[in-house]
Order: sequence, then structure tokens, then C-alpha cells
Amino acid sequence: MNKILAIKEMAPNVKEYLIESKEISKHCLPGQFIILRVDEDGERVPFTICDYDREAGTITLLVQEVGYSTHKMGLLKVGDSIHDMVGPLGNPTDLDEYDNVLLVGGGIGTAVIYPQSKLRKSKGLKCDAILGARTENLLFSVDEFKKNCENVYIATDDGSLGTKGFVTTVLQQLIDEGKKIDCVLVVGPMIMMKNVAELTRPYGIPTIVSMNCIMVDGTGMCGGCRLTVDGKIKYACVDGPEFDGHKVDFAGAMNRSRFYKEHEDKCRLRG
Amino acid sequence: MAAINQTPRHATRVQDAQERINNFKEVSLGFDDETMHEEALRCLNCKTAPCVKGCPVNINIPGFIAKLVENDKDGALDVISQSSLLPAICGRVCPQEKQCENNCVRKLKLGGSVAIGALERYVGDYGLQKGTADIKMPEKKGKKVAVVGSGPSGLACAADCAKAGCQVTIFEAFHKPGGVLIYGIPEFRLPKKNVVEKEIDKLRALGVEIKLNMVVGKTITFAELEEEYDAIFIGSGAGLPMFMNIPGEDLNGVSSANEFLTRSNLMGAYNPEAITPIYCGKAVAVIGAGNVAMDAARTAKRIGKGEVYIIYRRSREEMPARKEEIEHAEEEGIKFVLLTNPVEMIGENGRVSGLKCVKMELGEPDASGRRRPVAIEGSEFVLPVDQVIVSLGTSPNPMIKNSCKDIEFSPKGTILVDENTNRTSVDNIYAGGDAVTGAATVILAMGAGRKAAKAIIEQLGLN
Repeated sequence: MNKILAIKEMAPNVKEYLIESKEISKHCLPGQFIILRVDEDGERVPFTICDYDREAGTITLLVQEVGYSTHKMGLLKVGDSIHDMVGPLGNPTDLDEYDNVLLVGGGIGTAVIYPQSKLRKSKGLKCDAILGARTENLLFSVDEFKKNCENVYIATDDGSLGTKGFVTTVLQQLIDEGKKIDCVLVVGPMIMMKNVAELTRPYGIPTIVSMNCIMVDGTGMCGGCRLTVDGKIKYACVDGPEFDGHKVDFAGAMNRSRFYKEHEDKCRLRG
Repeated sequence: MAAINQTPRHATRVQDAQERINNFKEVSLGFDDETMHEEALRCLNCKTAPCVKGCPVNINIPGFIAKLVENDKDGALDVISQSSLLPAICGRVCPQEKQCENNCVRKLKLGGSVAIGALERYVGDYGLQKGTADIKMPEKKGKKVAVVGSGPSGLACAADCAKAGCQVTIFEAFHKPGGVLIYGIPEFRLPKKNVVEKEIDKLRALGVEIKLNMVVGKTITFAELEEEYDAIFIGSGAGLPMFMNIPGEDLNGVSSANEFLTRSNLMGAYNPEAITPIYCGKAVAVIGAGNVAMDAARTAKRIGKGEVYIIYRRSREEMPARKEEIEHAEEEGIKFVLLTNPVEMIGENGRVSGLKCVKMELGEPDASGRRRPVAIEGSEFVLPVDQVIVSLGTSPNPMIKNSCKDIEFSPKGTILVDENTNRTSVDNIYAGGDAVTGAATVILAMGAGRKAAKAIIEQLGLN
């Protein structure tokens, strides 16, 4: 169970894992996530499902090695098994009601919006994508996106590929050019999602964000992933992970996401 | 007529309070053989047995105690097993002083109620010590039962169905089986390896299969379960932790008791070497006064070693926790701040630094029959704390509701069942435990699991 079938280096410290899981691949949809434990003593860490193949019985995860558990994951080899994996958790993304969908991905978030582009393509629905990264070699799956999207726009902080600037730079240009956008799905660092939501707010463009909160159980039991949406407490695991970006309290969410950083740094030194 | 035994109630052995706040070992050590026997002799074997009426699963209490008087431990275990499957657990966590022991005729005049809970635990531990060698795998009769959740109701339902010859599969969302017995109740009150895991071993010996990391409704759908299994029992537990909805609740250092306890118990974070982090402050306010609040407070004391306060808006009498837990918490230095209601969590740099409270007084009785606490004007004060743990109960988890549209739910979101059979509005789907009642006790959940099992066995024609 949970056997790793392939590992691909996508960018420095970013690996793509192809993992065998008949149950999860059978039921998952874009936007959903899994929780895994790398080994017997491992913590429970959530990852969004980046791709799935129901026939082959596999799912794909993109893991950026940023903390103790993701570094531990980085030590696994093809043929190893992940100790525990549960999912698919959370609610799937449902954008079928929108015609002109713009997918916006930053860094690792690019991988999260990819299955949505694939799903729309398979349903004969159109979409465009803006992909952003610090620099060219941190961008991935650009060719795959091109297969599924009408237009793929690139933004890099250093201008090494596409527009120099952020995804918001490109988004503002598109809006200024009068491009018709019915809905934006944005996944990436919280600050990026916040900035995109602020940009679209005055134009009234529905903007969906995916909140990658701290979680323990992922099934609505612990309340660790709570955030404030429209002034009310919501739980990313059962109410989300996607929310109306114009209603999310990003300042609160960003503060909470930093909470265990000190401990994480300690763990990394030890590990 | 023989003279009535005048001996007062015997206390169980406990780990010294100053010592135990430095470890997570079990606090209550139960009776030794001799004390057990002396306590058993105190039972008057009343014909009317009021204690039995106080037991949610009607254990034949005088019956098992009579066996203990004869030193027939196997006989005592047999008597209890007719009604309860988890005596080692229930003997430890049941609120006996509100149930069986509350009805004991010795309660007021004759040296106090018989220590029924401690005697039950003695018998339960004896049963666990016997291990699984005596358990025979029942003959399978070609019927399959799926059990959703491996907490007390699921374990009980699975055991009874397996004994009746069903092929039982339990689906557990976590990576370890046991539900609240594993993630909720701390080691110092309910040892995992020596009690909970042994109970689960007994199930496996009965041929019950436990599938971990399976969220029914997500990893496998109800439709798929209905196709493969002849009956389904849902024991998915309570749900989303409730918060107070007061300002500052999203500050760092504020969590639900569920999260705090899950990190400590399930993920083992009370061990400083654990990978899963846990935050524990030097001045901790636990809001609420139920068993979960006591568990959180005592865990915080052991990990953080600082000041721990229980903040409760009513008075001591209304505290819902077991008497023993309240006493143990007090012995361990937990401070009870009663008739006090939090109104705001105050923070500095995104972290909680104080709990603003208002003093309360008791007014007229409310719907629950308890006197309603009313805020005293101008009595606000700030308790300096660096951690707040909210323990106010749970509201039903929306996950089952969203994934099984055919079942009927109450307006509150709990599953509706027939009270005699625990059957839901769907013919072959049953439910029990907190998913039906809202947060309640282990014994009620176990009783519900058994009631459902009985109905399932009848429906499948195996009785």
C-alpha cells in the first residue's frame, strides 16, 4: 500500500511522487487533499492531490522540502512505501458553472491547479492559466498546462521567463485589456492569494482560494485548521479547503500558519 | 440475620500527586486483591438492586460482586460480559457517582457507596490479563457487516456481530484504532498499551478486520459499502469542536481541547522527542469543566509545568466532569476559577497574552434545570495567560451528512435512529454513540453499539 512508483525532481528541493493508491485515486477530484505520515513516528501532514490516474490506481503529489517531515519524505526512494496515507479529504473544486475560468498558480500551487485544467479539458470547458515563480527553473508543468489551456501566461520575479513581476502584474494587464474573466481560482503562498483577491475585489470577479492550514486529523475533529471567513469560524478540512477569497481573513490565517515554525526549526536541526 | 458490614468504602491506590504531575503513567492503580475482596464484602446484595437501574447497560452488579466475594473472578467476568464488553475501560471512565454508585443504598449512611467502578475495573483488568488465548474464532455464517469508526460504539457493535458469526470490517479514519479512547482520553487515565490495545486485540481474535486510514464517505462511499455489506453501523463520533465566538479566538496559543489532546495522545506529543509539535504555555486557561476539560488541564500541567486554570461560568456543583477527575485535578494543583465567563482573548504580536473574563452569579434555573449564570456588571478582569484551551463540547461533523444523503438527521445534525434498534431511516444502516446523541459517555456509546448489533443480528437472521 502507498508504494512510491516514481520520483521526479521538478525544481531544487521540489519532487514529484507517483504513489500507488487504488482507493484514493478512485474517488479523488481536483481540489482535494490527502494526509500522510512518512514513517511510524511521523506527524500528519496534508498535501493537495496534483494529479490522479483512476485506471493505473495512482495519485501524484508535489512536495517542497521545507520542514522536517518533507525532508524525511525526500529521503524515500522508488519502491518505498509511505507509512500512512488517508484521503481524499476536503471538498472538490467545482467551477463548471463558469465559462471563462482563469487558473492562477504560484510556486508549488501551480501543481494544485493543474488537475483542474485537465478536468476542464476533458469536459470540453475552456480555461486560461497564469503561472508564477521566482525564476524560470522553479516553474514546472508549463507544457502540460499548454495542452489543457487556451492561453498560458508566465510571470517570474526576475523576468527570466514571461512577464517580469508577479502573477498580479499579469492579472492586472489582462483585466486592463478587457479580458473576460468569470472566475479566478488561485493557489499559492497565502500572501499571493491575498493579493490576487484584493486585485479582483473591485472588479467583482469571483475568486476562489485554497487554504493550506495547519491540520491534525483533517476530518473535522480537532479544529486546528480553523480560519475566519466572512466573520465566522470555518474549518479548512471539512468546509474547505477552498473559500471565497474576498471573505477570508488572510491576516489571521497567515498569523496562525506561522505558529509552529519555531518547533519546526528545532526539529530540522535535530533531524 | 447477620449484622451489616460497617466497613467504610475503601479508597483505590493512587500515584502520589506531586510525583504524577511529572509523568503520564496511570493515576489510579485500582484495588489489590485483598482490598477488592473487602470492598466486595460491603455489597448488601439488595433484592431491588437500585445500582443496576443506574447503569446505562444494566450490568448485574450484585451478581458480579457476589462472585468476587467467592473469589470467582472468571464468574464475575462472565456476569459483567453479559452486559458490558469493555469493563476495564468503563471501570476507569464511567461517571459511576452519577450512575450505579449514586443509587447504592450505602451511599449516605453506611460508609459510602460500594466502589462499583473500581470493582468493575478489577474484573476488567483480570479479563485483559487473560489475553486472547481463550477466545475462539466464531464460525462465519456468510453475512458481512461494516462498522464506521473504531471508538467505543463501533468496537462494541463489531464484537457482538462477530460473535454472532458475521464477517466484520471496521473502517477507521485515523492511523490507529480506538477513536476517543486513543485520541481523547489521556494515558494517565486510560493506558493505551495495557488496556485499549488489549481490548482491540480481543476483537482481532474474534476475526474482526480493521482497515485504517479509511474515511467512509471519502475513501469509500456509502454506496460501495451498501453493495458489499449486508449491514452498516455508523459510530463516527462527535464532531467539530465548539468555540466561544468571542474576539481574539484566532490568536496563536488558542486551541480546542480536541486538538491539544489529539496532539498529546494520538501523536504522542507529550513525549518531548515526538515529531508532532505541541504548544504548552506557562499559564494555561482551560475553558469548560467537563471530563475533556479536566483531561486537557491535567495534560497541560504535566507538559508545561506552569499554572493551569479551569474557567467555568457556573459553580462547583454544576461541573459536569467525573468527581474523581475533579478531585485528581485539584490534587495536582489545577486552579478552579468558577462563576467566571471569558469575554475576550487578548493578544500581543498575534499570540494570546490574557483572558478577559467577567464574574457571574447564579440566577433562576434555566432549561437544563441548573441555575442560569448571570454576568455581574463591572466585574471584568484580565487573567494573564499564554495559552487558552477551549473545551465546550462539539457540534456534529457534517461529513457523514454530506456523504450519505439517504439518512435522516435531526435539525442539530445528529443521526436520527429508532430508540429500540438504533436503526436509521435506511433499512440496513444503523448508528450509535456520539454521532447520534451528541457528546456523551463511553458506556452509552458502547450500549448503543450493542443495541444496534442485536438488531443487526436479528435482521440478518443469525439469532
